[in-house]
Amino acid sequence: MSHLLEIKDLQVTFGGLDALSGLNFHVDEGEIVSVIGPNGAGKTTFFNTITGLVEPTGGDILFQGDSVLGLEPNEVTSLGIARTFQNVRLFPNMTILENVMVAQHCRTSQNVFGALFQTKAFKKEEEEIRQRAEEILSFFGSRLVGYRLDQAAFMLSYANRRRLEIARAMATQPRLMLLDEPVAGMNPSETAELTELIGRLRSEWGFTIVIIEHDMAVVKNVSDRVVVLDHGVPIASGSYEEVSTDPDVIEAYLGRPVESHS
Amino acid sequence: MTALPSSLLLDWKRIVRWGSICAVALLFVSLVGMPIKLDPKSIISPLLSLGYVSLFWLPLIFGYVASSRVVLEGVETSKPGLPDLLTGVLTGAIGGAGLTLLMLGIENFDIRDPLINWSPQLLEVLAFGARDLNPAVWIGIGGALGLFGAALNVIPESLRRGISYGFFTVLAVAIFEPALDDMSEGFRLEWLIELIFQKRGGLKLWPAIILASLIGMISIISKGKVKKAVAQYREQEAPKKKQTSYVLFGVIAALGIVLPIFMGTYVNSLLANVGIFLLLALGLNIVVGLAGILDLGYVAFFAVGAYTTAVLTSEISPFFAPGMTWVLSLVFVVILAALTGLIIGAPVIRMRGDYLAIVTLGFGEIIRLLFLSDFLKPYFGGAQGILGIPGIDLGVVYISGTDTRGIFYLVLFFCAIAVYVSWRLQASRLGRSWMAIREDEQVAEAMGINTVNSKLMAFVVGAVLASFAGAIMAARVGSVFPNSFMILISIVILVVVIVGGMGSIPGVFVGAFVLIGILGGPKQPGLLQEFGSLKLLVYGMLLVYMMLQRPEGLVPSARRTQELHQEEFLQDSWLKGTDDEEQSVEGEEAQV
Repeated sequence: MSHLLEIKDLQVTFGGLDALSGLNFHVDEGEIVSVIGPNGAGKTTFFNTITGLVEPTGGDILFQGDSVLGLEPNEVTSLGIARTFQNVRLFPNMTILENVMVAQHCRTSQNVFGALFQTKAFKKEEEEIRQRAEEILSFFGSRLVGYRLDQAAFMLSYANRRRLEIARAMATQPRLMLLDEPVAGMNPSETAELTELIGRLRSEWGFTIVIIEHDMAVVKNVSDRVVVLDHGVPIASGSYEEVSTDPDVIEAYLGRPVESHS
Repeated sequence: MTALPSSLLLDWKRIVRWGSICAVALLFVSLVGMPIKLDPKSIISPLLSLGYVSLFWLPLIFGYVASSRVVLEGVETSKPGLPDLLTGVLTGAIGGAGLTLLMLGIENFDIRDPLINWSPQLLEVLAFGARDLNPAVWIGIGGALGLFGAALNVIPESLRRGISYGFFTVLAVAIFEPALDDMSEGFRLEWLIELIFQKRGGLKLWPAIILASLIGMISIISKGKVKKAVAQYREQEAPKKKQTSYVLFGVIAALGIVLPIFMGTYVNSLLANVGIFLLLALGLNIVVGLAGILDLGYVAFFAVGAYTTAVLTSEISPFFAPGMTWVLSLVFVVILAALTGLIIGAPVIRMRGDYLAIVTLGFGEIIRLLFLSDFLKPYFGGAQGILGIPGIDLGVVYISGTDTRGIFYLVLFFCAIAVYVSWRLQASRLGRSWMAIREDEQVAEAMGINTVNSKLMAFVVGAVLASFAGAIMAARVGSVFPNSFMILISIVILVVVIVGGMGSIPGVFVGAFVLIGILGGPKQPGLLQEFGSLKLLVYGMLLVYMMLQRPEGLVPSARRTQELHQEEFLQDSWLKGTDDEEQSVEGEEAQV
C-alpha cells in the first residue's frame, strides 16, 4: 500500500547552507512517528517544507500519493495536514473559541452574502463551527472551556497555549498532524498528561501523527517509530530501543569520544 | 545659603523644564497665527475669544501637569499643598514670559519675512488691543493660569470635575453656536438663543456663568454616576450587554431620523458632510480596522464611485452620456468599484505592512492623475471635470443636490448599510479570517485560510462602500473634478478611523463627528469655520496626542483595548482570580 506521506530525496538550501540534504521519509496511516535530532538538525525546516512555508530546492513530497510541492500553505492544510509551532503562535487577541473556530476556515464555505443576508445555511454552518470548536476544546478537560471560551488567548498559561495550539490544529480536520515540540516548557505532570493525549489523538480522533520532540520520555512512550536527523540527513530509524543504542545517534548527540564539539 | 522650610522645597528642574516647554508651545501657537485667526470666534462676548483660549489653555495645562504627582496605591505621600501651587505659578509664569519676549521681539525687530505672523497684528492681539501694554503682563497672566491649573490638583476631585465640566460646556455651547442657532428655528426656540448669545456671536457673560455653574453643580451632585453607569454597561454579561446596545443603537438611530426635520440648511449640510466622510470611514474601518490592511489610497474608490455616477447620469458628460437615473447608475457603481478593488488589490495584497501602505498611496494618486490626464480627457473631461450631474430621483421623492436634508437622509441610509455590513461580517467566517490575518498572517495561512482571497474581499467590500459615498457626493455637488480626490482625503479618513478607534463602529462615528463636524473636512467647513488653514495642524496635533496617550482611539473596540493593554488585562485577571493559575515557571527557560 502507498504511504500517507512520502518524502523522496528532499533538499532545502538556505544560501549556502544545506538545511536538508537528500531526506527520505515516510509515514503510514495511523502511525505515530517521532523525529529527533540535535539542535539545528533541520527538524523544523522539515515541517516547514511539508506545510509549504519553505520551498524545497529538490526532491518531492507526496501526500496520499499526490505531490504537494508548489502548493500554498493553506492548500496543504485543506488537503489534510495540520501543524503546531515550536514557539507557540496563537492568534493572541482572539478568544480561545475564535482561535478554534477560525481554524475550520478551509472546511467551511459560507461567503459574504450568507453573512449579509443571514441565510439559513449561514446560521447552520456558524452553529456547527461553534459546536465543533467546543467539542474539540472539551478534549482537553475543563481547561479551555467554560468562561475561558471568551477569554483572549494571550491570557492563557504557557501549557494551555500549547494545548490550544493542538486544538487549533485539530479543528482543521487533518489526517496528518505535525506536532513541533508539543511538550517543550511543560512540567513533568503536564508532560505526562499531554503524552497520554497524543495517544488519544490517534485512538479517538484517528489522526496520524509526526512529532518533533526533545523529551525522550515522551518519544519513548508515544512513538511507533523514531527517525533521527542530523545535519539534514536521517542517520537512524527504527523503534526507540533500536535508535537509542545506535552508535551514530549517540555520536550525533554527544560527539565523538576523542574530540568533543557541539 | 539659608535653609528653606521643607514645605517650600521645589523641584526646580521640573519647573524649568515644563515652563520652557510651555513657553515654546505658546510661541509656536502664536507664530502659526492661531490667536489672530481664531480671535473672530467669540466664546464669551466680548471677554473671551477662541484666539485667547488657544493661548490661555497652555499655561493652565502645564501648571496642572507640572504640579501633579504620581500617586501609587498604598504609598503615602504628603498632601498636595502650597509647594504644588507655587510650582504651578512658576511654570505658568515661565511660559508667559515666552510671550513677553515675543512681544518685545516684535516691537524691536522685524523678521516678518520668514515668519508671516511676526506682525503688528499679533502684537495687538497679545496686547489685548491696548496700545502700550507692558509685555510683562503675560508673566502675570501665565502665573495666574498656572496657579489655577495647579489648584485643580489641590482641590477635591468632585470639585475639579465640576469646574472642568462647566468650562467645557461653555466652550462647547459657544462652538456649537451656529448649529444651535440653526436648530432653534425648527424648535421655535429663537428666544432662548437671543437670551444667551450676543447678536454678533459669543455667549453673553451672565448666561455663560449660569450655564457653567449649573453644569458644574450637576456634575458635583451626580458624583460620577455617569462614569459608574458606563462601567456598569461595560461589565454586563454578554447577552444583556447586547440588549442594552440594541436599545442605545435604536435611540441614536431614531434621533438621526427625527432630528433633521427640525434642523435648518446649515446643520443638515454639515451633517451630510459628516455622513459622507462617515461612510468612507466605515468602509476604511473594514479594510484597516478589521483586516489590518493599511490602505492609504482609499480615495481611489471614492473617485471611481463619483466618476461612474457622473458619466452615467450627467447629460453633458463628454464622451458617453446615457443620462441614467442615479439609482440605476448605482448598480454600475457597485460593479465598477468592486472591479477596481480587485484590480488594485490583486498586485497590492501580496505585500505587507509599510510596503503595502506605500503602494496603495501610489495607486490612490494614479487614479486621480488618470482622471486629470489629457489622455483620458475626451472621456472624463480632464481638469474641467464633468458637470451637470442631476439630483436623485427616487420615484417617490426627488432629492436635488441642494436639498441638504434629503441628502442627509440618503447618507444616513447608506451609513446604516455600512454599519450593518461591518457588524455582520465581523461575526462571520470571513470576519474571523480577517482577524486572524491581522494577528499573524503566516499562521493564518498555515491554518488553512486563503489569505489572498480574504484580503481581496476586504478590499472589495471597502471599495464598494467608498463608491457609495462617491456617488452621493457627485449628486450632491452636481459636478466632479479630479482635484476633489486628493491624497489628503485618504489621510483624513484614516485619521478619522484612528482617532475614533480602529475596528470600533461607535468610534468611527465619534471620530467623524469630532473631526469632520467640528474641525471640518479637507475642503468642507466644520462648526469651527475659523480653523480654515489651521485644520491640518490641529489634525496632526490630535493624531500625535492620540498615539501617545490613547492609541486605541476615543471609543475603542474591546478587542483593541485588550491588544494594546495586555499587561493590564493580565493583572486584572490576576486580581480577580480568573487567571490561569498553573503558570509553569520553568516553561520560559526550556524554550529552544
